[in-house]
Amino acid sequence: MAAFGPGQVYREPGVKAPKFSYVRAASLGQVLELLERYGEDAQILAGGQSLMPALNMRLSAPRLLVDINGIAALQGITCKEGVVRIGALARHAEVATSASIRQYLPLIAAAMPHVAHLAVRNRGTFGGSIALADPAAELPACALALDARFVLQSLAGRREVAAADFFKGFYATARLPNELLIEALIPVRQNWVPVFLELARRHGDFAIAGVAFQVLLAAGIVADARLAYFASEARPTLGLATLAAIKGQRLDQTTTEAAVSALPKDLAPIGNAAASAKLRLHLQGVLTRRALQQAQATITGNARP
Amino acid sequence: MGGEESMPIRLTVNGEAVTHVVPVRQHLVDFLRGTLGLTGTHVGCEHGVCGACSLRVDGVLVRGCLMLAVQAHGAEVVTIEGLDASGEIADLQQAFVERNALQCGFCTPGMLMAAAELLRAGEQQTRAAIREHLAGNFCRCTGYHAIVDAVSATLERRAHAGGKRV
Repeated sequence: MAAFGPGQVYREPGVKAPKFSYVRAASLGQVLELLERYGEDAQILAGGQSLMPALNMRLSAPRLLVDINGIAALQGITCKEGVVRIGALARHAEVATSASIRQYLPLIAAAMPHVAHLAVRNRGTFGGSIALADPAAELPACALALDARFVLQSLAGRREVAAADFFKGFYATARLPNELLIEALIPVRQNWVPVFLELARRHGDFAIAGVAFQVLLAAGIVADARLAYFASEARPTLGLATLAAIKGQRLDQTTTEAAVSALPKDLAPIGNAAASAKLRLHLQGVLTRRALQQAQATITGNARP
Repeated sequence: MGGEESMPIRLTVNGEAVTHVVPVRQHLVDFLRGTLGLTGTHVGCEHGVCGACSLRVDGVLVRGCLMLAVQAHGAEVVTIEGLDASGEIADLQQAFVERNALQCGFCTPGMLMAAAELLRAGEQQTRAAIREHLAGNFCRCTGYHAIVDAVSATLERRAHAGGKRV
């Protein structure tokens, strides 16, 4: 190999990704046909904010990239009959500034500032984040806490899968290779108090611990609540033992400490270079305590004349 | 594995119409640098972490390394060269010089592209908000203080100038 020396012109390497074929899909039907034909050899290119890094680093080598960015049917955020529909191609920046999201799904509104950085939010999509199922991502946890349903479509037809059945493990979901995630359907819950908390090394980076929590109180007593932990196990986890500790209780210090004590029944975090399993469990306890305190403070604040 | 697949693209780069045939697997920054010779946009990590490749595509800030060149078909792309030539951030560039907001300069084009978005929003920002906004851009020299100083000073100057006009 010739050495690169003074006076020589440095030629930029032209490409990083492995070879693939590319289709700029013109219709949903075309996407579904390609998925049927190529199956696991095809990758869907939506916002590309996780797929492009994988391609640049050659961690992913699809035969075909199906670019769905031009398909209008996958866009938009609407609310009808108590259900918010978030199109798979809704960009994070659009979700973050949507009046419907702020009004009807305040938990997601609270999570959005934590989702990556501005430049990534401008491209990354809601559907992409759900379909990728990164265990440290915010939106799968929110979807789980909000009882979202996901609409999957193939040439054979449509089906709906509840968030609790959708996330299977590390980047693994119930979506079949011939299916496209079309949209998320999320029920509106009036008067629930949302709290979203996460810890990350740098603002906007993937979390090393996180909690998506929402609670409904009646006369100061927890009538109902939903809580999902993320950035701990291979998929977002419902905090069932934690919730059992607070249901029917006042959100006081005793209840809060009981909830934190129940945490090891809910979670067996996985350790990695960013944080050990023990540290993650500790941090999730800290976040659980803060989440309950913050919910109580919000309710007390709202109750003041 | 088959041969190199290519596709024609037509786009606007810094106001100029560009037509080219690009490998479908080439990302936008490699096209801008290698084919168009616009080397102001830097390639750092190439997986969306460092922000050195920040660009404006159809009016919004994006990571140039996380978009294929073929995806820029029909788009309006503004690089640091275009932003510089337009004079939109001349005051910010001056503030970077005054405050020593760069040492090696590798992150500077991306920093300026990102900071330009805050300036366009036109609202006063706390130092914490400026830091949060620039959290997607790595600088390994300055420790960020001088960069935040420069952005903050430019925001203040613009607010002051705006106030005078009224």
